Amino acid sequence: MAIPKVCGIETEYGVVVRGGDNNPVSASSMLINAYVNATSRKIGWDFEDETPANDARGFNLDDVFAPDIETSLVNAVLPNGARYYVDHAHPEISNPETTTAAEAVLWDRAADEIVRASMTYAREVMHDGAEIVIYKNNSDGKGNSYGCHENYLVSRDTPFGRIVAQITPHFVTRQIYCGAGKVGCEQPGREPGEVAFQLSQRADFFEEEVGLETTLKRPIVNTRDEPHCDPQKYRRLHVIVGDANMSEVATYLKVGTTSIMLAMIEDNELGDEWLLASPVSAIRQVSHDPTLQRTILLRDGRRVTALEIQFGLLERARKYEQTHGLEVVGDEVGRDVLVRWEQVLTGLERDPDSTANWVDWVAKRRLVDGFAARHDLQPGSAKLKAIDLQYHDMRPDRCLALRAGLATMVDPADAVAAMTEPPTTTRAYFRGRCLQKFPGEVVAANWDSLVFDIGRDPLRRVPMMEPLRGTAQHVANLIDQSATAAELLERLGA
Amino acid sequence: MMAERTHKQKPATERTDEVVEEAAPARSESGEKLKGELDDLLDEIDEVLESNAEDFVKSYVQKGGQ
Repeated sequence: MAIPKVCGIETEYGVVVRGGDNNPVSASSMLINAYVNATSRKIGWDFEDETPANDARGFNLDDVFAPDIETSLVNAVLPNGARYYVDHAHPEISNPETTTAAEAVLWDRAADEIVRASMTYAREVMHDGAEIVIYKNNSDGKGNSYGCHENYLVSRDTPFGRIVAQITPHFVTRQIYCGAGKVGCEQPGREPGEVAFQLSQRADFFEEEVGLETTLKRPIVNTRDEPHCDPQKYRRLHVIVGDANMSEVATYLKVGTTSIMLAMIEDNELGDEWLLASPVSAIRQVSHDPTLQRTILLRDGRRVTALEIQFGLLERARKYEQTHGLEVVGDEVGRDVLVRWEQVLTGLERDPDSTANWVDWVAKRRLVDGFAARHDLQPGSAKLKAIDLQYHDMRPDRCLALRAGLATMVDPADAVAAMTEPPTTTRAYFRGRCLQKFPGEVVAANWDSLVFDIGRDPLRRVPMMEPLRGTAQHVANLIDQSATAAELLERLGA
Repeated sequence: MMAERTHKQKPATERTDEVVEEAAPARSESGEKLKGELDDLLDEIDEVLESNAEDFVKSYVQKGGQ
């Protein structure tokens, strides 16, 4: 049976230092430290899963006033329940757990604002006009990629093989409305100029159908089995195949449609109608075809377009709504996702340019083509690649996406509030509120636990193995009524 | 295939009127207005685009991530 689709987005950002030492690891650390030092006491991330870790202690008591240039790897938990840290050589924000696509978009926008504020704070501690610039994209155009991952809670009872087989057609074809667009090609063995413009930032980097890797030989379905919650009941489907979107509607559709697909798979209502003969070549072919006209071979021998598959999945989702409802993705949000899903497919079918206010690749292509026509530039011109990169520049005075006429869903004031407020609907609420109210007593945090130091006894770990417990409804009063963390733990019976 | 699909989507289209408040992606503006918008946009890009595109693109190198 389908379970609530707790979901969240994690984004690795591109990072560049202008006018200073361009070391991505130290720049990422400096960026995050600048934000954390300016906004709150630093709470460390706890890597221990189960053991009440006394060793968590030393790890977390970093000096609040870190030196200007901090090169140790940073790992902070924010009062909105997010994790902000250095992953590989990139700053990464893992958003707090949410229950609907609408909430996921809100905290994704909050992450945008956190990154923007970080750049501003970092500029203040850097010297001689040097600055750190962040790009919300997934590739440098030279064969190096970094991810924007989605996570969805799925039932452990659902056979994993069914998830792999049935979600793949969606992952291969959803890029027609959630691709972020890219100038050029980075597919191994092909020349950059072989594809002038493609739908997706990421498609060139996928070489396997299914697997554990995330940095090499990336698979369309990632098998990392690290649920960060009760492993007897749940999986966390770790989706590495998507692009980071600048368009809020694209993020909404990406998470909304995928949540519905997964609920249908859990209820065994999606079926095998659209299984692909060769997913890896199909994902690249779809990305390399902005006309949306080329067909994909299905396992049953039919040839269909990506649009036809998406219309087919939508039709099944509509039937599912009739028979099962959409409560597990949020009724109202689920129905709105279905409406917008149909609108975007209908628009893409009639004229892709008509979706330029929703779909990143269409918005970006319009800028690239318009600029090329105005200045009589040939494909391969550095200026066109510069437009591609700068579309994702997070500085408001430079960001081209902010100028591209994209529709918005989130009130800017709500995005700012979500920088410091956790979602009320998941355990992120407990995490965030405890960090806000007891910053001196929470010494470490993790997705599935909080560690308190209440001044006596060993450190106290509060496990949070149920993503839907610790919501505002469950614990708001308890937290409000507790003057100290010790009181809270007592009330919780921890 | 296409005809069948169109038929099945009818109920959805009816519901569209109730739920959606903001502009759908379908644009109704005239081609000229769209072109004007694009011209303004391109003016702005001329202003904010990295002045040395060649260097900018060449120096934008990232380490591979996940």
